[in-house]
Amino acid sequence: MSSVASAPAAPSAAPRATRRPSTLVAYSWELRKLISQKRTYLGLGLGVTLPVIFVIVQNVNTHHGGGDSIFAAQITQSGLATPVLMLLFESVFFLPLIASLVAGDIVAAEDNNGTLKTILTRSVDRGQLFAAKALAALTYAVIAVYLASIVAAVGGVASWGFNAIKTFSGSTVSASEGLLLVIAANACYLITLAAVVCIALLLSTATRNSIAGVGGAIGIVILMYIVAGIPGLEGIKPYLLTEQFENWHGLLRTPTDWAPVTHSLWVSALYAVPSLVAGYLIFLRRDVAGG
Amino acid sequence: MSDAPPPQAGDVEAQPVRARGLVKRYKEVLAVDHIDLNVQRGDVYGFLGPNGAGKTTTLRMALGLIVPTEGTVQLFDREPMRVGARALEGVAGFVEAPRFYPYMTGRRNLQLLAALDGGDASERIDEVLETVELAPRGKHKVGGYSHGMRQRLGIAAALLRRPRLLILDEPATGLDPAGMRDMRTLIRRLADEGITVLLSSHQLPEVQELCDRVAIVDKGRVVYEGALADLRRQGGAGYRLRSTDDARALEIVKAQGGVQDASGDEHGISFQAEETTVGELSLALAHAGVGILALTPELATLEDLFFRLTEPDGTPGSHDNGSLSDGRPAAETNTILASR
Repeated sequence: MSSVASAPAAPSAAPRATRRPSTLVAYSWELRKLISQKRTYLGLGLGVTLPVIFVIVQNVNTHHGGGDSIFAAQITQSGLATPVLMLLFESVFFLPLIASLVAGDIVAAEDNNGTLKTILTRSVDRGQLFAAKALAALTYAVIAVYLASIVAAVGGVASWGFNAIKTFSGSTVSASEGLLLVIAANACYLITLAAVVCIALLLSTATRNSIAGVGGAIGIVILMYIVAGIPGLEGIKPYLLTEQFENWHGLLRTPTDWAPVTHSLWVSALYAVPSLVAGYLIFLRRDVAGG
Repeated sequence: MSDAPPPQAGDVEAQPVRARGLVKRYKEVLAVDHIDLNVQRGDVYGFLGPNGAGKTTTLRMALGLIVPTEGTVQLFDREPMRVGARALEGVAGFVEAPRFYPYMTGRRNLQLLAALDGGDASERIDEVLETVELAPRGKHKVGGYSHGMRQRLGIAAALLRRPRLLILDEPATGLDPAGMRDMRTLIRRLADEGITVLLSSHQLPEVQELCDRVAIVDKGRVVYEGALADLRRQGGAGYRLRSTDDARALEIVKAQGGVQDASGDEHGISFQAEETTVGELSLALAHAGVGILALTPELATLEDLFFRLTEPDGTPGSHDNGSLSDGRPAAETNTILASR
């Protein structure tokens, strides 16, 4: 600023009422922030790594006559079996981890970097910002799930064709119907994953610590798996979040079994809604002194 | 506080900052202890105090970043913790160092903040980048900016909002002498354009040069609030005398009624007195045949007064309990100053 005195005139001090931005504007900028960060691509990269490795390995095995694994028969019948199998593998731990990488960090990182105080002194309310962050974290989870599925489907179809696929009940559905089932299965899985996102968001807000946000959410998932395996606690098993990760299996049966989906809807809501409300209330009244 | 609708952004009669009984307690630590502040329209208001005095905590409460334990703070009659972002209409600034997203360019950061401001803020990015002379670096990522450049980007981000009240916490910290001078020039110019400025600073010469009113806080309490000129007058109307015979002159000065704290050194004689007494003294010196080479008024500097108010013995670096340099207990003197 060596020649500030001769710089263009500073803005007028005239008061003027401005139209305040919508939550949608804040949400769009949360997405742009995600796009600008390497961490975002690390998570997405992790999500597509497994399908890529799987397709390559299965192709190599097939070409070397090693197609006698338990998956080989189904996998080679239709490329659409690959995204189903990948969802089965990744839904247990991988996708909750990837979703938590962003949701557990999205508030805490900004608090620690001091940028939270920068954006909280603008014209959007705290509630709007929290909603924007929650929507961005959920959007990331949706993208991670579908990106992994798309990569698996493209790899599978390119390797083994766009053919009819067998359901868990043994009946066969057409390739186009199979594709719709894959899309719907991912959507059902996202119901439960959204609850994990909400828990991670709460931990990120309450602890102001990214490691606690990410690690805490994953820790809760692991804890539920352990609890589910403890003899004598079978009664609570249907109400554990981890049990709902398989809710989409009902879609791949004939006739379609909607019971696991509806059950997972309200069980996931039991975890998601209190977490989201608690996170929102904490965010509204918390002291922002970081950075 | 009444439930009446908050004043509109154009309500120019509202007081920019009014804090009443503001308290912030962190468990056992009382960071802010019943602070009252009155920043009037057009003020360049200095907010001073030693490290840990509660300045930044007070500013955070003013901007709605932290919740007061007790009391209220209003910006243009609106309470940030009550009405949210609406209370910040016409208000901009930063507490501690301004923070930005290091993985975005300076311009991108301003675009983000302008989007969160609404209105025409996004149309003014080029203008504010020019104002703080960051236009050539706007396309570079903030992660590569120097401290001074981030400070300037902080000012640019504040100007996007067309503020009527600018709250700046140590804006010159970390700047080189030229940067500090330019920051002062910028603040002065913004004030001249009608923006009320609340300036927290450790740079006492900067505050003395820029501010017309000040609040001095110590240990979470306001020990003085008012016009800087009044404070300096209260600090003592001092005079320095050089004469043809300093030894004889010192005897005459000490003998003159109404003169206080007379002392001599190699630079002459210093003393405190009212103007009428100084007139009588000059006649007495002439009558005694002592020639006056120079008789100049000396107001206490802000630095002198700051240490007198915030250090128990009025000298830098002293934190012992005791009385001020004039012998009165600290609490008594503070009350006298604060009551003016």
